[in-house]
Amino acid sequence: MIRFSHVVKEYPRTGLALNDVTFRVNKGEFAFLTGPSGAGKSTILRLVIVEETPTAGEVRVSGSLTSGLPRAEIPRLRRRIGVVFQDFRLLEDRTAEENVAFALEVTGAPREGIPARVSRLLTQVGLASKGTSYPKELSGGEQQRVAIARALVNDPVLLVADEPTGNLDDRATRGVFQLLRDINAAGTAVLMATHNLDLVKRNTYRVIEVNRGQLVFDSAEGDGGAATVTSSTPT
Amino acid sequence: MRLTLREVMLGMRRSPLLSTLSVVTIAFSLFAFGLFGLLVLNVDRALRGVEEHVEIVAFLADGTLPESISAAMGDISAFPEVARVDQVSPEQALARARAELPEFQDVFDASFLPPSLEIRLKEGHRDPGTVKDVTQRIQTYPFVDDVRYGEDWVKKLYDIRNIAGAAGIALGLLFAAVAVIIIGTTIRMTVLARSREISIMRLVGATDGFVRLPFLIDGFLKGLVGGLLALLLTWGANWLISHNLIQTFFFDPGIAFLGVLGGGIIGLLGSALSVGRHLRRV
Ligand SMILES: Nc1ncnc2c1ncn2[C@@H]1O[C@H](COP(=O)(O)OP(=O)(O)OP(=O)(O)O)[C@@H](O)[C@H]1O
Ligand SMILES: [Mg+2]
Repeated sequence: MIRFSHVVKEYPRTGLALNDVTFRVNKGEFAFLTGPSGAGKSTILRLVIVEETPTAGEVRVSGSLTSGLPRAEIPRLRRRIGVVFQDFRLLEDRTAEENVAFALEVTGAPREGIPARVSRLLTQVGLASKGTSYPKELSGGEQQRVAIARALVNDPVLLVADEPTGNLDDRATRGVFQLLRDINAAGTAVLMATHNLDLVKRNTYRVIEVNRGQLVFDSAEGDGGAATVTSSTPT
Repeated sequence: MRLTLREVMLGMRRSPLLSTLSVVTIAFSLFAFGLFGLLVLNVDRALRGVEEHVEIVAFLADGTLPESISAAMGDISAFPEVARVDQVSPEQALARARAELPEFQDVFDASFLPPSLEIRLKEGHRDPGTVKDVTQRIQTYPFVDDVRYGEDWVKKLYDIRNIAGAAGIALGLLFAAVAVIIIGTTIRMTVLARSREISIMRLVGATDGFVRLPFLIDGFLKGLVGGLLALLLTWGANWLISHNLIQTFFFDPGIAFLGVLGGGIIGLLGSALSVGRHLRRV
């Protein structure tokens, strides 16, 4: 599903953000991406959604090599990936329904199927009764659910989440996280960057940890030495 | 498509001043083309009327042998530009002069008038350049005393036409360039105002074409509106001139339609030139 081999990412002004990162996330897998601030988590996710391409090494997503991917192919790949952010990124002047419908409209879904699909998705994320509310009228947890519903419009094979619970309180965090687990249980691979170590510890999902642009721990490798690094990493 | 149109309307509401400015500059651009185009069109028509009368007259020296004259006539009618050559005897010339000019009413002796040749040129060869060229060739006959043609004012009309055409094109292009710049500015503002929307569109997998389309349609529509406005202005100007100065001709519907379409193309061009650049920054 996702395959990084010896990925190096250098930003023009800030320099090396990732250095020789290699890992893969399989179909249907759930993986946490952790590490201190500035470690390179968001950079990894940006490479996955082809907002960036690696300076060296290879990133493969759903079989496609992202470097040198024709511009016209990028939208097609993105439709197979759902993306969720800490700040929700909803359109303030549109209702919950309209925000979800927007993703369908702009990807050229047939019009007549849109309302039914939107209400099904809002029901799935537990917001069936809030469809006509504007983002301002929703709690943070509810807004994130709208964003998740939007990320699911095209039945993605992969959901990428960059600190989706970063702005939420514990209760909302549990709710949103449960939703991500359900989505994963239905077969969608999930890669979730998070600072919330509680959440990571309380679950048995795989953990990939980066620090200063390098992969320092991957629970799938069962490397005890690296695990020590995890516990000593301040967050 | 409905979504696209909605966005176009939204854009107009969001920056009414810039939108209006875009439309108006496109209108000015085409109005400049239109006015000078009208001038060219009407001068052209006038010239065509004049050209039918373009005639070169070669006055012959006294005592030129008839054989020489008919040989020259044969030569000259063989010029590719020449339609006809007629010989005018002193008597015919006098008869014409008597008919046209009152001063000649009492003149009966034709011998003071030189015999002459009248040369008519073929259509398409009646411009000042060709006329002059043919004239020079005719002048090389030793027995040709003098050659006349309506040189000055034909050339003047041509000059007016060419200057008007060039001025129209220059002014029109200037306004078109300004229109393209203003449209670019409008797009930059719209892209900024909508950057969130655009980045979300990209994120969920909208194609570049889809993101771009509303901007292109917006530019095209503004251009069409500008074109219609220009047509109206040009038509109004033509009406004023026709009613107060001289009878003029207006563009036929096909040309007018092309003009309006030209507005659309200026608008489309303005959008196409800047939309990619600005979208890349979102
Ligand atoms: N667009 C960018 N341009 C230049 N440098 C960047 C850019 N994005 C990130 N960086 C740099 O790359 C490094 C990694 O940043 P990144 O955002 O991936 O970290 P992160 O792990 O997501 O941090 P956080 O937990 O705070 O979100 C940082 O040093 C940052 O300054
Ligand atoms: Mg980050």
